[in-house]
Amino acid sequence: MNPFSSGTRLRDMIRAIRSCKTAAEERAVVRKECAAIRAAISENDQDYRHRNLAKLMFIHMLGYPTHFGQMECLKLIASSGFPEKRIGYLGLMLLLDERQEVLMLVTNSLKQDLNHSNQYIIGLALCALGNICSAEMARDLAPEVERLLQFRDPNIRKKAALCSIRIIKKVPDLAENFINPAASLLREKHHGVLITGVQLCTDLCKVSSEALEYFREKCTEGLVKTLKDMANSPYAPEYDIAGITDPFLHIRLLKLLRILGHGDADASDCMNDILAQVATKIESNKNAGNAILYECVGTIMSIEDNGGLRVLAINILGRFLSNRDNNIRYVALNMLMKAITVDAQAVQRHRATILECVKDSDASIRKKALDLVYLLVNESNVKPLTKELIEYLEASDQEFKGVLTAKICSLVEKFSPEKIWYIDQMLKVLSEAGNFVKDEVWHALIVVISNASDLHGYSVRALYRAFQTSTEQETLVRVAVWCIGEYGDMLVNNVGMLDIEEPITVTESDAVDALEVSIKRHNSDLTTKAMALIALLKLSSRFPSCSERIKDIILQNKRSFVLELQQRSIEFNCILQKHQNIRSALVERMPVLDEATFSGRRAGSLPTSVSTSTGTARNLPNGIAKPAAAPVADLLDLSSDDAPAPSSSGGDFLQDLLGVDLSPASASPGTGQPPKAGTDVLLDLLSIGTSPPAQSSSSASNILSSIQDDKASLANLNGLASLTSLSPNATSASPAPMMDLLDGFGPSPQKKEENGPAYPSLVAYESSTLRMTFNISKQPGNPQTTLIEAIFTNLSPNVYNDFLFQAAVPKFLQLHLDPASSNTLPASGSGFITQSMKVTNSQHGKKSLVMRIRIAYKINNKDVLEEGQVSNFPRDL
Amino acid sequence: MKKSQRSNGSAFGESRFSFGLFLSAIIKRMIHFVLLISRQGKVRLTKWYSPYSQKERTKVIRELGGVILNRGPKLCNFVDWRGFKVVYKRYASLYFCMCIDQDDNELEVLEIIHHYVEILDRYFGSVCELDLIFNFHKAYYILDELLLAGELQESSKKTVARLIAAQDSLVETAKEQASSISNIIAQATK
Repeated sequence: MNPFSSGTRLRDMIRAIRSCKTAAEERAVVRKECAAIRAAISENDQDYRHRNLAKLMFIHMLGYPTHFGQMECLKLIASSGFPEKRIGYLGLMLLLDERQEVLMLVTNSLKQDLNHSNQYIIGLALCALGNICSAEMARDLAPEVERLLQFRDPNIRKKAALCSIRIIKKVPDLAENFINPAASLLREKHHGVLITGVQLCTDLCKVSSEALEYFREKCTEGLVKTLKDMANSPYAPEYDIAGITDPFLHIRLLKLLRILGHGDADASDCMNDILAQVATKIESNKNAGNAILYECVGTIMSIEDNGGLRVLAINILGRFLSNRDNNIRYVALNMLMKAITVDAQAVQRHRATILECVKDSDASIRKKALDLVYLLVNESNVKPLTKELIEYLEASDQEFKGVLTAKICSLVEKFSPEKIWYIDQMLKVLSEAGNFVKDEVWHALIVVISNASDLHGYSVRALYRAFQTSTEQETLVRVAVWCIGEYGDMLVNNVGMLDIEEPITVTESDAVDALEVSIKRHNSDLTTKAMALIALLKLSSRFPSCSERIKDIILQNKRSFVLELQQRSIEFNCILQKHQNIRSALVERMPVLDEATFSGRRAGSLPTSVSTSTGTARNLPNGIAKPAAAPVADLLDLSSDDAPAPSSSGGDFLQDLLGVDLSPASASPGTGQPPKAGTDVLLDLLSIGTSPPAQSSSSASNILSSIQDDKASLANLNGLASLTSLSPNATSASPAPMMDLLDGFGPSPQKKEENGPAYPSLVAYESSTLRMTFNISKQPGNPQTTLIEAIFTNLSPNVYNDFLFQAAVPKFLQLHLDPASSNTLPASGSGFITQSMKVTNSQHGKKSLVMRIRIAYKINNKDVLEEGQVSNFPRDL
Repeated sequence: MKKSQRSNGSAFGESRFSFGLFLSAIIKRMIHFVLLISRQGKVRLTKWYSPYSQKERTKVIRELGGVILNRGPKLCNFVDWRGFKVVYKRYASLYFCMCIDQDDNELEVLEIIHHYVEILDRYFGSVCELDLIFNFHKAYYILDELLLAGELQESSKKTVARLIAAQDSLVETAKEQASSISNIIAQATK
């Protein structure tokens, strides 16, 4: 050991780290080492640079930051000796990734090393380039790599070939330069060069159709011959694996043939014989042989049709499927999934075996098999397959239930031959795994039940029965509660009995019991309880004898800590007590839900929410404005002249129906259905009076969400909250203002004046394509908080999709962003997106507001990002 | 689930942001990364052929470690993970993992892993975890002779061994020269 050495040897450091008993000890050792290395770096220590870098790599592997060592890599690479370069390039590949700008500095060293006289140094440079090269480096160094494809040493040629793959993937334009040299690699004898050359050709075919044509024409025969020679070659110890000469080369050749044969009958013809030979001759008792067979089956499946070969391939898969090795069964399922597009009948023959695999103990196999079963289902076999899957649902473990449930639901929905079967299957799923059922699925079930008028009675009775046996499944309870509310009379009177049903005796109070249970059940969530309250309100007019009891249950929730429930119960109580005359009309059965609208909306084909009618008015719910809803709407829509023109059913119409939209998924801006404020049926029912000022509704939503943070989308209820024009302190949610509304049936007094000083709206951001306007207001009595409503207008002729607005503020501000009204912005100012936010200024009076914004959207699926800063806020905010 | 975005300064810190990018930015290639994880979840080697930021790397390792170490012994060697497939195989106390695309040949990757292990075995002479800890850079050098840009480079174990030996001897020669020069200097300055 060198007596002048500073610090410890690599080996000693590793030993020291390994002997640490606790994470804290380890951190201390690493910190000490890092400090020593930093010191060495700043002293520009030459002698131990490579050792320090090696240490850093080890430290990096443990997960500690090592960015300070990046420049050391470059210095080592720039030094002249092989050992320094070797460790330098290793560090470069390990500590940096292609996105770091430091990498640009290394281009020059790479260029020199690619022209070095020592072939091992060329090898190092090629290796580094192949692993981390960026598009710019690819352009700069492509000529060097191209030249090295003809280097005298085969080990450099093979590295250059793989490096070329990286280059053409980064810059596909460069592909044509590589076509000729790549073709000449195919004539090589050296296996390494051949493997990499074949791989390069495969990737060239993927990026350039020109290359594909060229290789198809010039090289197909040669490749077939190479494969034939390989398959018939005598024992070659250097490349032998399990009795097969170089399975890796086999597989790569088959892969390239697959691409060449795909869609071209002549090329396919040319390779038929050799494929048949490989498929029959290769031994399948070892993994290497199976890997080749698997690849060969893939090739047979994708080249042009040859009946005989296909049979051979499907038979191989059949053999795989019955193999005892899990790996083989997994790949068989995987390949059958591709084969199904080619020959569905042949795959169907293995249905029973595949179904068994769904029940395998291995999660990977289960999942694959389930995916495959999903593809196998059609109209004719949906019933037995669904039966099997539902039966298995009981036995499956919790982790798998979610996936399985989703698949079953989607199958049942897609292929159900009749409604009653659909309802039956869904009920089974709900009672077995209701907690895994997604919101849109049970929403869909309700739509179907609502549409099947002859099955209303059957459904509600079946749900009631299911509810009696399993109350643990949230979604089952919800659907049951909804149906009992709507069709409670049918439950009690056994209306519309089907022959297959067993008669059931349910009294009115039994039905109310069920609802009471679901409200009082401690693990019911807010949605369920809220739905149960509505159902109770509905039953109060259907079952006059129980109305006193219902009133009691509703009143019990008057003291609920959850604002939503408290408010509902107060309002409903008010309806029960004071408005007997309109009650029966209010709680009439829901009009039949339009299936087409619902499914269209789910598929996202309907324009989502173009309902922002004006810049300032909050979009009022519009579900009820549908023609089907006419009787109710007429009755209640007393102030239709005040209401904004309802746009075509863009609203979250099912949520309207259900009275709540608590689905957490829908609240994140930019994903799926944009949540919208005020989609509450109650507001629909009571939307009489002018639209309340936007400010109060958003403040109410904030209160709601602060009460129940986990139910973030409670904000969507603000439609309801806005009814009462809640003052900021939520506890004083007195029924008074709402009674005013009901009693008066007149426009409610404008609340705007109370909301603090008014500010002119300002154009906060404007580019050639987009304008963002802020409407600013203050909450009364809370000068620190500013409410901002951002209105986005599209100034370009293109529709913006996946619109996402983000804002950031300095530390003294606090920003709270509500979901946007939509994530689609119609072209040329023909619509708006509105989004409210609340900014709290902790240094009110000292500093004024400032905000940085980022707006992302897609035009024709191309991402666009706009950024800017808003500093033109009025001074006193 | 986040409804509001509370953020300070210019931090647009939404994980969705970076993550969405990271999955879409990956170009199709055979092997996206190679991981060696010990049974205790310690990382012994990582090689990234697709661009992952440091943060993403840590996350990937943590996530996959959890999945793979928890799988039973007799199950298949493939795990579906975020739209990719991870092929893993356990050798003594070490798990060798490689992440590939959906339509790559899993069985072949299993063979590549075995190929690598055999080369390591030859190089170290019945390799064990400690060899790979103390000579981690050697494990990387060997991997670099076997894989490049996420593709297989050499199917002959002998060739890989020969190339590594040649480079090792280059390093040795350089070291000897350096020490003889420093001896001469030491002698001269005595």
